[in-house]
Amino acid sequence: MKRLLLFLALVAILSLGLAGCSAEKKEEAPAKKETTETAPAAAGKTLKLAMDADPVSLDPHVQLSGGMLQYSHMVFDPLVRWAKDGSFEPRLAESWERIDDKTMRFHLRKGVKFHSGNPFTAEDVVWTINRLKTSADYKGLFEPFLPAKAVDANTVDVITKEPYGLLLNMATYIFPMDSKFYSGKDESGQPKDAIVKTGPSFANVNESGTGKYTVAEREQGVRVVFKAFPEYWDKAGNVDTIILTPIKNDATRVAALLSGDVDFIMPVPPQDLKRVKSTEGLQLVTMSGSRIITFQLNQKRQKPFQNPKVRQAIVYATDNTGIVNKVMKGFATVACQQGPEGFAGYNAELKPRYDLEKAKQLMKEAGYENGFECTMIAPNNRYVNDEKIAEAFVSMLGKIGIKVNLKTMPKAQYWDQFDAQVADIQMIGWHPDTEDSANYTEFLLMCINKETGYGQYNSGNYCNQEVDSLVIGSQTETDLTKRNAMLQKVEKILYDEAAFVPLHWQNLSWASKTGMNTEEICNVQNFPYFGDLVIK
Amino acid sequence: MFAFIVRRIAQAIIVMLIISFIGFAIKQSFGDPVREITGVSVSAAEREKIRDELGLNDPFMVQFGRFMQGAVKGDIGRSFFYKKSALEVILSKAPATLELVMCSALIIVIFSIPLGIYSAIRPKALFSRFVMGGSIVGVSIPVFLTAILMIYIFSVELHWLPSYGRGETVNIGGWRTGFLTVDGWRHLIMPSIALSSIMLPLFIRLIRSEMMEVLENDYIKYAWAKGLMPKRVWIVHAFKNTLLPVITVGGVQLGTMIAFTILTETVFQWQGMGFMFIEAVERGDAPLMVAYLVVVGLIFVVVNTVVDVIYGLVNPQVRITGQK
Repeated sequence: MKRLLLFLALVAILSLGLAGCSAEKKEEAPAKKETTETAPAAAGKTLKLAMDADPVSLDPHVQLSGGMLQYSHMVFDPLVRWAKDGSFEPRLAESWERIDDKTMRFHLRKGVKFHSGNPFTAEDVVWTINRLKTSADYKGLFEPFLPAKAVDANTVDVITKEPYGLLLNMATYIFPMDSKFYSGKDESGQPKDAIVKTGPSFANVNESGTGKYTVAEREQGVRVVFKAFPEYWDKAGNVDTIILTPIKNDATRVAALLSGDVDFIMPVPPQDLKRVKSTEGLQLVTMSGSRIITFQLNQKRQKPFQNPKVRQAIVYATDNTGIVNKVMKGFATVACQQGPEGFAGYNAELKPRYDLEKAKQLMKEAGYENGFECTMIAPNNRYVNDEKIAEAFVSMLGKIGIKVNLKTMPKAQYWDQFDAQVADIQMIGWHPDTEDSANYTEFLLMCINKETGYGQYNSGNYCNQEVDSLVIGSQTETDLTKRNAMLQKVEKILYDEAAFVPLHWQNLSWASKTGMNTEEICNVQNFPYFGDLVIK
Repeated sequence: MFAFIVRRIAQAIIVMLIISFIGFAIKQSFGDPVREITGVSVSAAEREKIRDELGLNDPFMVQFGRFMQGAVKGDIGRSFFYKKSALEVILSKAPATLELVMCSALIIVIFSIPLGIYSAIRPKALFSRFVMGGSIVGVSIPVFLTAILMIYIFSVELHWLPSYGRGETVNIGGWRTGFLTVDGWRHLIMPSIALSSIMLPLFIRLIRSEMMEVLENDYIKYAWAKGLMPKRVWIVHAFKNTLLPVITVGGVQLGTMIAFTILTETVFQWQGMGFMFIEAVERGDAPLMVAYLVVVGLIFVVVNTVVDVIYGLVNPQVRITGQK
């Protein structure tokens, strides 16, 4: 018995020793220690929020990802933001007008303060756009922009190199940062505005935005505590404290909501939608999203894929309605083109086409009556039910004689394989950062061009000069009616040529306790506006 | 004895070297960390630039050499995701795992010894049969299933216990402990039961079989013949000699427990090293993965070495035959 105790004691000492080696832990202090609670705490509501990830940094320009944008909307405010109906809502910009075909003038809200106490001015907007142009992730999106000009303290001209129809779309990404706060050098001598992806930096652990919430406490990957900023200009919401816990595991996240440990979760996995919906005291909000899931048919690797008839046969053989109903449990929207309804290029004439007889007929016409063999890869942890979708697709192609050898892998390995085009059919999902139709084609289906970066994810090697010229033309077309017509034509060509195999748009989902206006704050961009949340 | 200890330590160092090499070698096939830290629309050229900056394009041996140079100084790389030294991240997560393992070890010790002894002394009793049957079931149900079932029953249906996380923690000199708050204890109950569910049956069976073997020995029969108190025979004479193999297995299993924490922690969102490792794998956070493998390897090696040394102290006649 003594020896056992001795052994346990040794283990304990060893583990203590291990922990003892740890360097002094720096508590990640927020930019501004909370000074005084202006409002009595009694009025404040607390929201316990669980997402599948937490912000990777406090610097909004470090990475362009859904999680970072959700964070930006809480702690920073954009010039304009998306409204539910797809229009733009004024935020830090109260109004805007076109001065000429390359310039948009924004009139800024007066009396806005940053969390540091510095006043917000046009200079901060200029500074922020310049910083965006140096960020690896945002550089591409802000390529069309020239440095902005401050007209006076509350007016700023945003200027593009060419006429640019998506200027306002991009303005939703301009979350002005406190230029004074981020200027100078930190303790290690590094400039405070440095954008550092994998190492320590001032901006990674400090923030000063104009948003409703300040970061009061943060332990990366464990939790973030947001506190309402007393001097915030917009009084729409009534939540004072948000405790964000990242819960990656689907089952655990749902259990946390069902057991009442958290008040709000996003996303809700498809297999639990019914359960959440039918639970007393919970509400579920779902929306059709704009992330399309597609298969690309590689024409360089597989000769039959060069024949439009074979590609059409594959599209006709793909029962994407069946996949949505069975694999996705109805939690997706059947697609037959890239952009969903409400997007510029949405072409209402195009309809899903599943017709096995016609598919067989087309294969016969193309001279592949006996089918052929090909390879395919798909990720198994990137899109909702990605692996199951791929398996369903394989069995569907089997019906028209195409034998597919499928290999699935985790996303950490998938993208290298995708880029190397190791298989004849490759799965890819896409959500346009610009919230615009042209972006799908630019990345997925334009002729591959290493110089311009077009067709960066075009592993089908589809190339059509007409499509290219229409899309490039749409970039500088500011007459939106004309522009829409161009993009709709693009969708039609891609549809007729069966340039890719469309499956569906993933739906978005949020669930919360009842008694809050969840429906109102959620949107198709998946940036819930927590600043507007009202808990009864 | 001294020579023996030196030999064991030298072996341990060689094992550590091999572990770091293998860990470093598999990191290459874990995919591309740069993908995880950039948005989708970042150009290939930009990505290449980042890879260069991180030294990911250097030949394998150069990277390994750089890693070893750092490791000698106690720096085993920097996590891409946490943006600080990997060792710091691991050490900040270690308390959670160690508290969980400690609690589970406690549960195992408290339950396995009496149950094991009882079922060895009264192998035919109904209760013993029940324990043995139960232990087979316990061994065969995977940890994550036990965990999910418990969450379902106690959190979702009954609302008795919290379903995820560590709850309130108190920071004592960098060690975040959940032992000092009621909330912390409530959060600890289910994960530690889930984690011990795998090992407990094993230990019960181990103690039982060892004890039964010992009870057959001549000296026990002699003790009975002397008319000693049954308690004294069982606890002092028999159980003491059962302990040796149990300690050995215990040491090895403690390492296994640390490995099993990966599953438990993932299900309960328990912010420990195992959960951190799984997330690092998903994010392709290579330096953190390697660092974890090295640290866990170190724990294994140290525990095994210590157990062997203790064993040598307790029973000098035993021929040590290296790693179990």
